[in-house]
Amino acid sequence: MATDNKTADTDQLQEFRDNRDLKLQDKKNENLTTLNLGPTHPATHGIFQNILQMDGEVIMDAVPTIGYIHRAFEKIAERRPFYQITPLTDRMNYCSSPINNMGYHMTVEKLLGIEIPKRAQYIRVIMMELARISDHLICNSILGVDSGAFTGFLYVMQEREHIYDIYEEVCGARLTTNMGRIGGMERDLSPKALHLIGEFLKRFPKVWAEFEKMLTRNRIFIDRTVGVGAITAERALSYGFTGPNLRATGVDYDVRVMNPYSSYDDFEFEIPVGEKGDTYDRYLVRNEEVWQSLKIIEQAYKNLPEGSYHADAPHYYLPPKQEVYTSMEALIYHFKIVMGEIDAPKGEVYHSVEGGNGELGFYLVSDGGRTPYRLHFRRPCFIYYQAYTEMIVGGQLADAILTLSSLNVIAGELDA
Amino acid sequence: MELTNENVLGKLIAQFGEENIFDAYNPDGIMTITTTRENIIALIQFLYDDKDLQIQFLTTMAGIHFPDHKGKELCMMYQLHSLRHNYRLRIKVFVPAEDPVLPTLTNIYAAANWMEREAYDFYGFIFTGHPNLIRILNIEEMEYHPMLKQYPLEDQTREDKIDTYFGR
Repeated sequence: MATDNKTADTDQLQEFRDNRDLKLQDKKNENLTTLNLGPTHPATHGIFQNILQMDGEVIMDAVPTIGYIHRAFEKIAERRPFYQITPLTDRMNYCSSPINNMGYHMTVEKLLGIEIPKRAQYIRVIMMELARISDHLICNSILGVDSGAFTGFLYVMQEREHIYDIYEEVCGARLTTNMGRIGGMERDLSPKALHLIGEFLKRFPKVWAEFEKMLTRNRIFIDRTVGVGAITAERALSYGFTGPNLRATGVDYDVRVMNPYSSYDDFEFEIPVGEKGDTYDRYLVRNEEVWQSLKIIEQAYKNLPEGSYHADAPHYYLPPKQEVYTSMEALIYHFKIVMGEIDAPKGEVYHSVEGGNGELGFYLVSDGGRTPYRLHFRRPCFIYYQAYTEMIVGGQLADAILTLSSLNVIAGELDA
Repeated sequence: MELTNENVLGKLIAQFGEENIFDAYNPDGIMTITTTRENIIALIQFLYDDKDLQIQFLTTMAGIHFPDHKGKELCMMYQLHSLRHNYRLRIKVFVPAEDPVLPTLTNIYAAANWMEREAYDFYGFIFTGHPNLIRILNIEEMEYHPMLKQYPLEDQTREDKIDTYFGR
């Protein structure tokens, strides 16, 4: 049934749709079963619900319900000084929090008109690409778990721990990182951090090659994923897909290349694209992106420029603690920044970064006050998850689970 | 054709007239224009269909509340992107708070479905023709639209958290 639901206009599918409408209209149809997939279900990897109408094993209709972990970030952001909003962004896509942090910092820097030194930009690139690796690593290994292969998940999870060790060395936190500051990084890369990154670059390719070996040509995995949850490029664009899920359909839209930020145009890398937009293609695209991320990290690591790790922007960037104790100016700036008494200029900016799941955008309206007047997050998950119904209807329940994990829907980002 | 703010604006004004495309400005490199709710669907459809423009991707939609702007308190921001030309465009529509009705965009972009539900949920916009305009992130029993500026973040009757120095 689910082997080829991509050929959207075939007679077979039309026939299925006609039958489906008839069956759904017939409320007394005893063959239809209502099934709650979620809100807490081991396969949803987060809290959201799908109310499925099942005809045997075949999904006839799905109604997604979201909002279970809505935390009103957009409202909270209207009451917080700019630097206090970064921790909110961590908690959106918590599999790749540094990307969210950096994206937000860059938005505010765009509003303030701060130029960031090359070294800080390169450090950011390294951190963002590490985050992308940890994000894709989770998604692909969970896909393995949901199709019955637990080993790969545990194996690569160890590497995620190593990435988190690097975060810890750079910013002190592991999951909700709150990394960097408006105007640069909070500290330079320590020798230990550089060592850890170097070690990671040496060790990780072997691990990832082995992970690929386990799944990519695995007969069971291919049978479970090829043709499952496919979507055409046209529908994907209409649904606002971005990131790996869009690229799996064959559209090579990548914010890093189209609107380079943070010196991404200095690095050489490729945009992997898929063809059919099914679960297997999404898996392959993410796999290849991990290799490309490694390539970027290697280049940034080798060519890390000398210089300052933060911009010269005393109004917005906290002075070093030692100066706060000894210099009057630094004390005043420190006090004003920490109390959130620094007014941002009036303005309106949109900045987007390539997040783990696609274009992560920040639309910031400032009225010249200490807090944003309006801060809107363009959350890629929220926008593409609405296509889920269309992608699973007509398939089987077990395939719906794989489609969900290959879309990499993160509940925190979905609900914000 | 290379898309620049000037030639896109010229094309839109030639098509829709100056009374319907106004207040063009450029805050951050993305041209922002304002139009009326009568023209918004025709405008977005025109941007989609026109062979030179091909602005065919809806990046995001966001509501904004300006309680002090009498008669146009609520603003809906549509941000579009032409992936072919890598050109972004922002369109705003202002509506009065007592009549926050806009036509739906779901017939052009499937992605508008949840974005409009979100705007309804948080700002109370009514999208005529929307297939399923119900709340999306908040509970259905909620009786107000929480992102409007008259609703403070914290309970204002609390007395243990008054901090007059920093305006909280």
